[in-house]
Amino acid sequence: MTTLTDDTLPATPRAMRDEMIVFVVMALLLAAVPFTGVYPFFVMQALCFALLACAFNLLIGYGGLLSFGHAMFLGTAGYCSAHALKVWGLPPELGILVGIAAAFVLSIVTGYISIRRQGIYFSMITLALSQLLYFIYLQAPFTHGEDGIQGIPQGHMFGVLDLSKPTVLYYVVLVGFLAGFLLIFRIINSPFGEVLKSIRENEPRAISLGYRTDQYKFLAFVLSGTLAGFAGALKVFVAQNASLTDVHWSMSGEVVLMTLVGGLGTIFGPVVGAFVIIAMQQYLASFGQWVTVIQGAIFVICVLTFRRGVIGEIAHYLRRSL
Amino acid sequence: MQALYAQLLVGLINGSFYALLSLGLAVIFGMLNIINFAHGALYMMGAFVAYFLLNLGGINYWWALLLAPIIVGIFGMILERTMLQWLTGLDHLYGLLLTFGIALIVQGVFQNYFGSSGLPYAIPDQLRGGMNLGFMFLPVYRGWVVVFSLVVCLATWFLIEKTQLGAYLRAATENPTLVRAFGINVPRMITLTYGLGVGLAALAGVLSAPINQVRPLMGADLIIVVFAVVVIGGMGSIMGSIITGFALGVIEGLTKYFYPEASNTVVFVLMVLVLLVKPTGLTGRAA
Repeated sequence: MTTLTDDTLPATPRAMRDEMIVFVVMALLLAAVPFTGVYPFFVMQALCFALLACAFNLLIGYGGLLSFGHAMFLGTAGYCSAHALKVWGLPPELGILVGIAAAFVLSIVTGYISIRRQGIYFSMITLALSQLLYFIYLQAPFTHGEDGIQGIPQGHMFGVLDLSKPTVLYYVVLVGFLAGFLLIFRIINSPFGEVLKSIRENEPRAISLGYRTDQYKFLAFVLSGTLAGFAGALKVFVAQNASLTDVHWSMSGEVVLMTLVGGLGTIFGPVVGAFVIIAMQQYLASFGQWVTVIQGAIFVICVLTFRRGVIGEIAHYLRRSL
Repeated sequence: MQALYAQLLVGLINGSFYALLSLGLAVIFGMLNIINFAHGALYMMGAFVAYFLLNLGGINYWWALLLAPIIVGIFGMILERTMLQWLTGLDHLYGLLLTFGIALIVQGVFQNYFGSSGLPYAIPDQLRGGMNLGFMFLPVYRGWVVVFSLVVCLATWFLIEKTQLGAYLRAATENPTLVRAFGINVPRMITLTYGLGVGLAALAGVLSAPINQVRPLMGADLIIVVFAVVVIGGMGSIMGSIITGFALGVIEGLTKYFYPEASNTVVFVLMVLVLLVKPTGLTGRAA
């Protein structure tokens, strides 16, 4: 199997230190956003997608598995959180937990099915499974079909944080994003992450070394799906709705695009990619369907000439792991 | 009973499209090692080319049946020469991503000019009306689609499995370097194979135009079902693709009659069941 990133550097203490510095800079920049006058809604939305893309990247970038159905975790967690908040009247923290739990269960079931096939088949299976869920949500009464779940109360987190205030909500989303990001960072640099990378590079060899590669891939799938669900649950508070768009295959495609633009298998790439794509959608919204055409063109250009992505190119130039 | 037969017929027609499309995917995968995500978009282009031929050039259905696959096939070969060929040697997933991008571009462009609504395409005069078969009323056009697709599928099978050209093709699938050493132009064969697969998709598009109307997104959801068909049947055998395609169409038709709520999902559910029982797919070769 040809490698995704041609020059993955080993996780040396120095590389870890570089990455931590970049992480702190990123966290500080994001924390300063409410003071800069940038529209917080835009950044919050981008943060949710950035977390989703990071979760997706855990699977493709470190496990070599291209999931074309990650929207199913985003959408499922979104629907379940929204339902818990609106119909059951649960407080925000429990609403988020319900969403995460739903994505966890879903990723166990879909992982068990899809991990049975490799490579290109895995992509087709995840795509088909997410389409299956799309049709189920289209018909299920609790999702309200085409209308989606609207007007979700944001409530008070832990009884004190009023999430209807944009600044408070912003910092809650930011903390959620950073926590998810650090968890992924920790997973990648753990012994588990190293085994995962070895499976990506050469699965038969990993098997011959005695690793049960299917179990590693399954665990990576569950972690990725659950974290994607966390992104979906956070997104409910930002968008205040849960709709079929979040489960549609085009959403899965967008996540792939974000990660590809930022750099497959880089730590910060998916974050950059998410901001680029969300900004592009924001500014080009008036062009209607041309946005789809532009997205398609970006796919083509990235695959043909720019396979490392933005961060991958920078990392390659600096000879650092980012 | 009338309703059951009617749904069975609808199932056979959908099965024809599944068979034609999954056949094309299998042929392309065999030679190029690429899963052609643009297949649905090219199917849609086939229908649109037929529509343009009729409304702009006054060229009728029968000529469209011949010309649309050729035109779209040439378009496909241009795609292969300008883009897909550069992916040789890279991970499979890049082929999927590239063709997904192409699908977005093609569908987006058509949506810009034609919106999301359907354009009508009239059934040709010779195939209007219907026949009373005693147990059911058979619209001639629908019968034609099933029979014609079956013939095309079998002809493709014959071409690949039983002719000299097909032998080269299968040999090049197994070992392109060795086949090149025998003096056969493998890159040209790859281009032509992509053209053939794409042409089959366009042909399915022309056949479906009078039934499903001509819509920019007509192939977008269909391709996902066809992916599930491919997972169930596996891409190892041509005949396997044909049989799986038709069989799943029929099962979908039966579901529409007995439990309509599940008709959208039955193919996906079957895929899950097959994966649980026999992970390598029905034709059995591991990827």
